[in-house]
Formats: sequence, structure tokens, C-alpha cells
Amino acid sequence: MEHDVAMLTPEVCLLVGTVTCLLMGSFLARERQRWSRVVAVLALVAAAVTALVGPASPAMGSLAFQASYALDAPTTTARMLICAATLLVLLLGRDELAGDPRESEICSLLLAAALGAVVLAGASDLLVLAVAYLLASIPLYALVGLARTPAAAEAALKTYLLGALLGIVMLLGVVVLVALAGGSTYAELVSGLRSGQVPRPLVAVGVVATLGGLLFKAGAVPGHFWVPDTAQGARTALAAFATTVPKIGGLIAAYRLVDATVQSGAVQTGTVVAGIAAATALLGVLAAFGQDDVRRLLGWSTVSQAGFLLFPVAAAGRSDLAQPSLLLYLAGYAAANLAAFAVVAAEPHRRTREAWRGAARRRPWVGTALLVSLLGLVGTPPTAVFVGKLTTFTAAWDGGLAWLVVLGAVATAASLFPYLRWLAAAFAKAPADEDAGQVSRGPSSAAAAAVSAAAVVLVLGVGAGPLWTALSGQVLR
Amino acid sequence: MLSLLVFMPLVAAGALAVLPRVPDAAARWAWVAVAGAELVLVVAMALAYRTPAPGGLTFEQRVRWIPAVGTSYHVGLDGISLPLAALTCVVFLACAVYALREAHRPRAQAALFLFLQTACLGVFAAQDLVLFFVFFDLSIVGMYFSIAGWGHGDRARSALRFFLYTFLGSLALLVAFIGLYLASAPHTFDIVELAANPPLQGSPTTGVLVLVAALVGLGIKTPVAPVHTWLPPAHTDAPTIGSVVLAGVMLKLGTYGLVRVVMPLLPDAWRAAAWVVVTLGIVSALYGALVALAQSDFKRMVAYTSVNHMGYVVLALGAAGLAGGSAASAASGAPAGGAGSALGAAAASSQQLAVMGAVTQMVSHGLITAALFLLAGVLRDRTGTYAMGPGSTVSGLGRLAPRWAALLAVASFASLGLPAFSGFVAELQVFAGSIATAPVTAVALLGILITAALFLRALQHLLTGPARAPRGGFADLRAAEAVPVVVLLVLATAIGVAPQPLLDVIAPTSAWITSVVTPSATDAVAASVAAPAGS
Repeated sequence: MEHDVAMLTPEVCLLVGTVTCLLMGSFLARERQRWSRVVAVLALVAAAVTALVGPASPAMGSLAFQASYALDAPTTTARMLICAATLLVLLLGRDELAGDPRESEICSLLLAAALGAVVLAGASDLLVLAVAYLLASIPLYALVGLARTPAAAEAALKTYLLGALLGIVMLLGVVVLVALAGGSTYAELVSGLRSGQVPRPLVAVGVVATLGGLLFKAGAVPGHFWVPDTAQGARTALAAFATTVPKIGGLIAAYRLVDATVQSGAVQTGTVVAGIAAATALLGVLAAFGQDDVRRLLGWSTVSQAGFLLFPVAAAGRSDLAQPSLLLYLAGYAAANLAAFAVVAAEPHRRTREAWRGAARRRPWVGTALLVSLLGLVGTPPTAVFVGKLTTFTAAWDGGLAWLVVLGAVATAASLFPYLRWLAAAFAKAPADEDAGQVSRGPSSAAAAAVSAAAVVLVLGVGAGPLWTALSGQVLR
Repeated sequence: MLSLLVFMPLVAAGALAVLPRVPDAAARWAWVAVAGAELVLVVAMALAYRTPAPGGLTFEQRVRWIPAVGTSYHVGLDGISLPLAALTCVVFLACAVYALREAHRPRAQAALFLFLQTACLGVFAAQDLVLFFVFFDLSIVGMYFSIAGWGHGDRARSALRFFLYTFLGSLALLVAFIGLYLASAPHTFDIVELAANPPLQGSPTTGVLVLVAALVGLGIKTPVAPVHTWLPPAHTDAPTIGSVVLAGVMLKLGTYGLVRVVMPLLPDAWRAAAWVVVTLGIVSALYGALVALAQSDFKRMVAYTSVNHMGYVVLALGAAGLAGGSAASAASGAPAGGAGSALGAAAASSQQLAVMGAVTQMVSHGLITAALFLLAGVLRDRTGTYAMGPGSTVSGLGRLAPRWAALLAVASFASLGLPAFSGFVAELQVFAGSIATAPVTAVALLGILITAALFLRALQHLLTGPARAPRGGFADLRAAEAVPVVVLLVLATAIGVAPQPLLDVIAPTSAWITSVVTPSATDAVAASVAAPAGS
């Protein structure tokens, strides 16, 4: 048991950070709250470092707490990705959140949501999955609503209602699956469902209901309604967080679940997921066409990305490429999406596409970061999402879903259109009335976050080879 | 050495983009210097070039990239890619010299075009499907910014249409590549390995589906008749040197992909679809010529003649697959007969002629069209319009600007395929090869006739008649404008007068491609060689 706890050092770091930030918020003077951000950064760095040295420890490659928590390549990836992403969120939101009366609470909630996402990704047990879902969702509702604007209130309400609804559906699914399999761990799920004694329609109901909650976290159809509103209404840093970190946890969890059910042979979950993936990708791409608000545009773009990210989930258990391609795509997506939101945060006064006219000429580095992040989201080489798309498409075709690949290619081409209109505006000449001194420059920390995230997008793309090996470890169950 | 050739422009582009406060003049001259160094490098490589074994490469280099997915950084040159790489360096140097007068953000333009040069050279050097795709896509991105940033007219719209159209094509290509990867055993993206052991030989349906995806992708880029509609607006609104690169180099990426990827990797499917390809080629050639004839905009007309000229290339490549069919049947119909074998061998050689013609046409079209677009750019600089013919305010330029007029006449004659120019050598081989295998392809000869008519008409409209120019005068060519055009035309003439050095480079690789598309043709040649000895 003591050994088990030691294996969860990254999670413990996050938990300690959460509690410390919360306590500091209660006891620190309002003008000294920035110290809680220092604590949050320290906790995240500690978690990332322990996650990094984790793979070398003998405990790696095993299951903890009676096989309910997997310590494998997906968990390690999720730990590092989520910690890095949250650090980036803190950097890009430094100016936006500094001096906020609720700074400590924000830090505490961010760490709690990050912890929930990590546990979601690592859960190898349906009951742990349900707890992780709640841990990841509840802080999110609060974070979304922090802006105290009507738009944020609407977004928070949508997120809350949808999260609560799909959470209950998920609990129902968990109950059905546990009852049918006679156990809650994925190992028991596979062996329990394989026996052939279970009624398949019920298994299907259980699996689909459980997936429902994870699709809410991933921002995929039918749990996507909260994403565009959150991206538009919440504060930029928190919108960046909400569209990145829960996706990492939700998609890895969905991968584990689909993999387990496919291994059991009871239901063909892959086909259902493929349908959801197709619908999500198409909806996200097409809905982005009509958007003038760049945050809402990014919100819909993250929906379409969730669709593409579901391709390898649909191929789970049927292609060896599925798992590393999912993790690689997640890394590339997280970097590109955060870079895009960081660019938005760096120019807070430019909310519509038209307002971006001439922005790239005024701040070339921010413009370059926007270019890299948007083309990175499309999947133009040599960005990380290109390798992600290449490998996820290959995995989907390998898993017998060639139609999905064709559809994905068409959706990718279509997704270029809204991004290009934004880029064209940003790189166009500035309107004559916009004087150089008139518009204040946005925060430099967000610009730094944008440029560094864009650099990561390129580095991950070119250095995908060594990364791939690290991501290919066996899924444990 | 090849990697140096490919990446030197990229490094220079990065330096130009990042270094603060580079004066404009320094940026312009730095671009010329790097482009010149590239040309020197590629000439040195051409001199050092030794014909590799069939299917082999020179200057080969391979570095692990993502070994688990079977993709690596693998570059190399053979008899088809070397001339095109050299063409790329020539065209980009011509652009660099022409752009010495550019006043609008010259530093960014130099960086962008150096980046584009890396992308184009990368496509010609790539021997891995993923690497090929990476450079292919990057070239699209670069060209988009060239049109959107330095174009005129409705440039944002044209650039968007160009990007969307060709990006859709590149994704179709990606689907085809994934299909090839999954069909190969062991899974690999390496072109050389795939060519040595072509996948999908036993499964005609999948093979044809993959071929269709690849044809869509490369056909859009080439462009072939029904999917060419992005080209005219892109050219009309592109800046002069953007048009030069687009027509001179980037159109070749499509047909080069056919020769490099599709024919060796999908020989069965290529044979099965050969008639379709031939038809596409004929339709492109005739339709492009006819629409060009109807233009009253000089640049748009040149753009449509590109559709026509690239149609010949597609026609020839299709005919190569067609000849494969007839050679195989002839050889199998009379396996022991000397006459049958001889016929098979003859068909094989005419097929090789068609492939050689296609490659020569790519080089020739690159040189001549680049010159024509540079001259069109001068026309617009001086008059603000490309319009010609009735209703135009431009005529009689022969008297106003004799140097410009002379070069335009030479370039036009070269483009319509007059003997002593490279276009003639290329089209002679294309038609000799194609008609020998499928006489019906002679229909496309009409295209040459129409092209001749439209170029003569354009010369008449622009050069003869009362001397008129809307802005009062028409200054003749300056050195920076004349030198690139003259060099391009001298090269076109040199190839036309003495094609042998170029053909010597192209021939062995063409023979190899031919032998891959028709496995039985080599048997037929072997049989015809062996038959006299046996009897």
C-alpha cells in the first residue's frame, strides 16, 4: 500500500498543491495572493518531473491499488501533457489573472481539474473513472463561470447542465457494466464480458452510456454544446484550459474503455465511435465556417479536433498504431490549441476576425505563432498534428475504417477555410484609421506562451521519431 | 550534398526572417547570392552525376525519422529528378534577379521564395512518401502567401481558392499514400522499397481506388482539365515571380508525382487506367488550347497554355501505360516468334520515348513559361494591364520596346513548339511515343495548331499596329529584367539544338520506369535478344 502511494507521486503533488492553494487563499492578504500561483507552478513542475522520472522506476508498467490505476505509457503521457499544458495556461493567463481577487481559488481549481484529468486518463477501473469524472468536471463549472459576464454565466450553466446530465448517464452505464461483468476493473470487465453469458444489448447500453460522459469531457458529439460557449464566454486562459486538459483525460479514458470492450469481444464499440468521430469532425468543421468571433471559431475547431482524435479511439484494439498515434496527436493538439489561445490572449482587444486585420504586421512574432498554431491545427507539415493525422488516419484505415479516413481528409480540407480567413485578415494591411500608438500592445507573457507553444508544435513534428517509441508502451489492464 | 542543396535556402530564409534590420538592398542581393550558390551547387552535382543502377539513386542519404511508422528522411536523385532540380534552381535564380527591383517588402519576399525553393527542391529529392508529402504541402503554403501578400486584383480570393483546391488535392494524395503504406509488407513509406516490391499487385479494386485518390491529388496540382479552375485566377492575381514559380516549377510537382510515385508503385493500376489518363491528357491539351485562344488577357492566356502543355505530359505518361498493355499482349501472343518479340520491343521503346518526352516537356515548359510570365510582368509594370486585342489600349509595342518585343516573339515561338527550341524536342518525343502506341492520340496534335494560332494572334495584338501605351510610354527592358529572360530562353534553345546531354540523363531512368510499368516488356526485349542466338 505504501508502495502504491509512492507510485502516485505526481498525483499527490497536484493534490497537495490544490489544498495548499485553497488554504493560502483563505489566509493570505489579497495583495499577496500571487504566492498561490507560485505554489501552483511548483506543484505542477514537481508533478511533471516525478512523472518524467516515473518511467525509469521499477513500479512503472504495473497496476496500482488492486488493479484500479494503470501506470503505463498513456498515464505517463497524460501526466506530463496535463502538467505542461496547465503550466502554459498559467503563463498565458498571467496578466489576465494576476491581481484577481480569486487568484488563489483559480489556482486551486485549475490544479484540481488537472488532477481529475490525470486520474481520468489513468483509471483502469470503472468506479475510479466515475470519481475522476466528477473531480475533473466540478472545478471546471466554477472556472468557466468566473468571468461574471452574461456570456460566461450562460457557458457555465450549459457546461454544468450537460456535465451533470451526461455524468448521471455515465454513472448508469458504469452500474450496468459492473453488474454485468461482476467486477469494476477493466481486467474483470474483459473476462466478465467475454464469457458469452451476458446479454449483448445491455452491454452496448452500458458501454455507450459510459462513453457519453467521456464524450462530454472530450467535447465531442453529443456532449459538445458547452465547448463553443465556453471558448467564447470564459476568460481566455480558462477557455484554453477547458478545451485542452479535459480532452486529454477524456480521450485516453475513452481509449482504455473501448480497448477493453473490443478485447472482450462482446460489442463492436469501434463502429459506434467511428460514427461519433465522423459526426464530431464534420460538425466542428462546418460550424466553424460562419463564426466571426475568433474565440468561438477556436471553440468549434476544438470540437472538430475531438472528432479527429476519436479516429484512433475507434480503431482501439484493432490496430497497433492506435495508441501511440492518439498520444502523439494529443500532444500536438494540446500545443497547437494552447498556442492559438495564447495568441488570442496576447491581443485581448481583438475579438472578431475583422479586428485582427493587420495584427501580424504589428507584432510579427505573434503573427508567426498564429500561423504555426492554425496550420498546426489543420495538420500541415511539419507540425506535430501532421504526424498525428498521418498516423491516426493510418490507424483508422488499419482498423478497417477506410471510409472514415476519406471523410477525415475531406473534413481536414474544409477545416482550412475558416482558419485561412482568419490568417488572411491577420496578415492583411492594417486599416488606415488604426494608428500605431492608438492600440495598446497586449500582454507579453501571453505572447511568450504563444511563441513557445508554437515552437513546441514544430519541435514535436520534426522530433516525432523518438517520441513515438516512448508512446508505444503496452496498455495495462 | 543534396541535403545542403535542399536546406540552404531554408536556412537563408530563416536568417532573413529573424535577423532584425536587414536593409532591403542587402536582402535582395542575399537572395540572389543564395540562389546563385544553389545553381552552382546543382551544376556541380550534375557534373558529378553518374547514372545509377536501374531504380537506384545518386547522392542518396537516409536518416531515421519515425522508424516505427516506416518513414525516414530519405533523399536522392536520379535521371528524372536531377533535371527538374536543376530547372528549379534556374527558375528561382531568374526570379531573384528579376525581383531586384521589387519595392514591396523585399526582405519578406526573399525569405518566402527561399522557403519555397526548399519546398520545391525537397519534393524532387524526396524518396519517402511522407517526406514527399511534407514538401508538397509546404510548397502550397508558401505559394499561398506569395499570392496573398504580393499579388494584385482580387488576390485574397484567388489565393484562398488556390490553397483550398490544392490542399484538397494533397489530402487525397495523403489518403493514397496511407493506402500504399498499409498494402505494403512490411509496412513502409519508402519509395525505393515500395518500387522494388510494388504493393496492391494482386488486388485490382483497391489498387484502382488508391490510384484514383493519387490521380485526384496530382491531377489538381498539374492541373488536368476538369480540376484546373484554380489555375487561371491564381496566375492572374499572382505577382510576376509567383506566377513564374507556380508555372515553372510547381505545376511539375503534379506530373513528377505521377512519374516518381504512381507509375512505379502502382504499375498494374496504371495500366488498367491508362486510357483514362490518356483521355484526361488529350482533353486537357485541347481544352486548354481552346480556352487560351478565347482569352483577351495575355497572362491568363499563358496560364491556359500551361494547361495545354501539361496535358501533353499527362498524355505521354498515360500512353506509356497503354503501350505496356500492347507490348505485353504482343509478347504473350507470339512468345517464340521473332516478329512478335520485335514488335514488343518496338512498343517498349516507343513507350520509353513517351516518358522521355514527358520529362523533357516538363523541363522545357518550365523554362519557356517562366520567360513568358516574366515578360507578362514587364507588360503589367509598364501599362497596368494584361489586356490585349480589341478594346485594349496597348498595341504596337514592337516599335516602342524592340528588346521586349523580340524576346516575347522568341518565347512565343519556343512555346508553340518551333524546331530549334526545347518545346519541339519534347513534343516530338511525346507524339512519336504516343502515336506509335495509340494512333488516336494524334488528335492532340490539333492543340499545337491552336497554340500556334493563339501565340501569333497575341504577338499581332501586342506588337503590331499603332504604337499605343496607356501610360504614355513603354520603357524597354532593363538589365535586371532582360537577363533572366535571356538566360531562360538561351537554355531553352540550347536544349532544342543539342538535347543529347539532357536526354542522356533522362533516358536510363525513363527506361527503368518503362520496364516497371511493363514487366513483360523487359522479357520481350530479352526474348528478342535471345531469339537470334537460339535460332
